[in-house]
Amino acid sequence: MENSTIIRIEKLVKKFPMGKGEFTALNGIDLTVGRGEFAGLIGPSGSGKTTLLNVVGSLDVPSSGSVTVLDHSIGELSAKEAALLRKQNLGFIFQSYNLFAVHTVYENIEFPLLLLKYGPAERKKMVLEAIEWLGLTDKIRSKPPQLSGGECQRVAIARAMVKKPSLVLADEPTANLDAANSHNILKTMEVLNRELKTTFLFATHDEKVISYLRRKIFLADGKVINDERVTS
Amino acid sequence: MKLAFKLAYRNLMGAGLRTWLNVIVLSFSFLIIIWMKGIMTGWDHQAKIDMTNWEIGGGQYWQKDYDPYDPFTFSDSHAPVPAELRGEIDKGDAEAVLIAQGSIYPQGRMQSVIIKGINPGQNIFLLPTQKLDTVISDAIPSVIGSLMAGNLKLAIGDRVMIQWRDRGGTFDAAEIYITDIFYANVPAVDQGQIYIPLEKLRSMMSLEDEATILTYRNAEEGRPGYNGWMNKSKAELTKSVDELIKVKSAGISVFYIILILLAMLAIFDTQVLSIFRRQKEIGTYIALGYTRKEVVGLFTVEGTMYSVLAALLSAVYGMPFLAWQAKVGWTMPMDASQFGMAMAQTLYPVYSAGLVISTVLIIMTVTAIVSYYPSRRIAKMNPTEALRGKAQ
Ligand SMILES: Nc1ncnc2c1ncn2[C@@H]1O[C@H](COP(=O)(O)OP(=O)(O)OP(=O)(O)O)[C@@H](O)[C@H]1O
Ligand SMILES: [Mg+2]
Repeated sequence: MENSTIIRIEKLVKKFPMGKGEFTALNGIDLTVGRGEFAGLIGPSGSGKTTLLNVVGSLDVPSSGSVTVLDHSIGELSAKEAALLRKQNLGFIFQSYNLFAVHTVYENIEFPLLLLKYGPAERKKMVLEAIEWLGLTDKIRSKPPQLSGGECQRVAIARAMVKKPSLVLADEPTANLDAANSHNILKTMEVLNRELKTTFLFATHDEKVISYLRRKIFLADGKVINDERVTS
Repeated sequence: MKLAFKLAYRNLMGAGLRTWLNVIVLSFSFLIIIWMKGIMTGWDHQAKIDMTNWEIGGGQYWQKDYDPYDPFTFSDSHAPVPAELRGEIDKGDAEAVLIAQGSIYPQGRMQSVIIKGINPGQNIFLLPTQKLDTVISDAIPSVIGSLMAGNLKLAIGDRVMIQWRDRGGTFDAAEIYITDIFYANVPAVDQGQIYIPLEKLRSMMSLEDEATILTYRNAEEGRPGYNGWMNKSKAELTKSVDELIKVKSAGISVFYIILILLAMLAIFDTQVLSIFRRQKEIGTYIALGYTRKEVVGLFTVEGTMYSVLAALLSAVYGMPFLAWQAKVGWTMPMDASQFGMAMAQTLYPVYSAGLVISTVLIIMTVTAIVSYYPSRRIAKMNPTEALRGKAQ
């Protein structure tokens, strides 16, 4: 499984309108990511990491070139098809957690399953399982404003993982966390990657994250400048 | 859709005070609209009942020349009571009234007056005609309404001159003696009128056995027609009440339009604000697998739910209030008799399921529109910018 391709990017260019002209955020990216990888996009601020994750996550479309995720060509999907791809196969983890503040931890994690129309019994089983992975058992009834940053990010990871997606996109997941919490969630994600075979693609410039990556894709000015695999 | 309701409910509950402010404003609108409309319906019912009891019974036959709005027709609008009706009259299920025009001279002033001859023994109308069943030497027993008494400054026991023309056109005069003053909610039976015994008026006018109006007790379908008489059904005679209430209702609706506008402004404002403030949340919905259109739907449901909650809240505190109002009624702060139309001092609201359902549906529809309108912006948002909280 490790070898089958989950993301295939060819000659990707992403431009944003800026003033009268355009700004090229991604300038000819060629990249493939295989199933089960634990990879990261690394680069300075403004290098295009988030932009690339957004296109892969079908939240944005290429200006030119092609991006294929799980055999879906991102630029050619309708809004509905793209939503379905995200709903079924993608998990997102954000720097600022983006939890639903008025929902409990349980409800936050349950949300993707409601979207996928799982039955109540199955939902409960899956949510409790995810809660266990992330060690959130004693926080089930809490709401995000009552949680620490580390706990919030764990809830966000549980929400991304609960449906066992093929691909998780995590944009600076540790940026708001201290070292201990960062290591904690990274270890958790590493375990989930190993046990569930979920592919992870990070965007980061955090050394702690980088130290966990098994593949480091360096970006600068919208281009891949280096692509290293860690062999251990 | 079920999920949308669940989410909307959670979000509204999570928003706390702001939600409740909107819900309370809306629920007031519900209540006041239902109450006011109920009062109008109650007024309509009351006015019709009063009219039935005081003026029209179950319906009437009018002598063909009679026009209540033109007193000059009165001298010609009389005819012998149709023989076919006699049985009913004898049983007391129909009553003849003779109407004549005359003048009255209170304190030496002259004023025109409608003289109505009515059977003292009648019991179709609430008029205290039994007080006419008395013999007073050198005066005609007469009852008048309180408006009339007020206008002419007459009291029970007063005597006053009246003048009339008989069928030959000859003027004649006599004194009347006020034996009673009644209070009716129906100005049409009070203002400008005096009631005297039917037989007395007939002999004064030399119109033996004649009448202007024949009123029957029961409103039944298919009453026979009589030559020279127009059958006026109850529905026809009360049509003016419906029309009047319709006009009044239209006037009052300005009030609830303002009320609804205020409530809608609050909801509109909340929606605009929340779409601006909750961009990250919107972006998250999209990242988790919603289309933008579905998020528009979600926010529309959320806004519409204010009216659902308001309806529920109104049911909680509003039903006891409305029920209590229906029981004690609403007493008008001003004198109802000054209104110039049938109106009781205390009006009892009457609510119908149709009234409640239509009010709820109308407010829900308007709320849905007001919620949808600002939410459409979401469909134009760039999800990646929404996620960063930077969408325009
Ligand atoms: N919607 C947009 N409109 C215009 N320019 C944009 C837009 N999104 C990103 N950019 C620009 O594209 C470039 C790449 O942005 P991106 O957010 O991908 O960088 P990044 O590598 O994620 O940076 P950081 O580490 O700061 O998050 C930046 O110069 C940014 O200003
Ligand atoms: Mg970024």
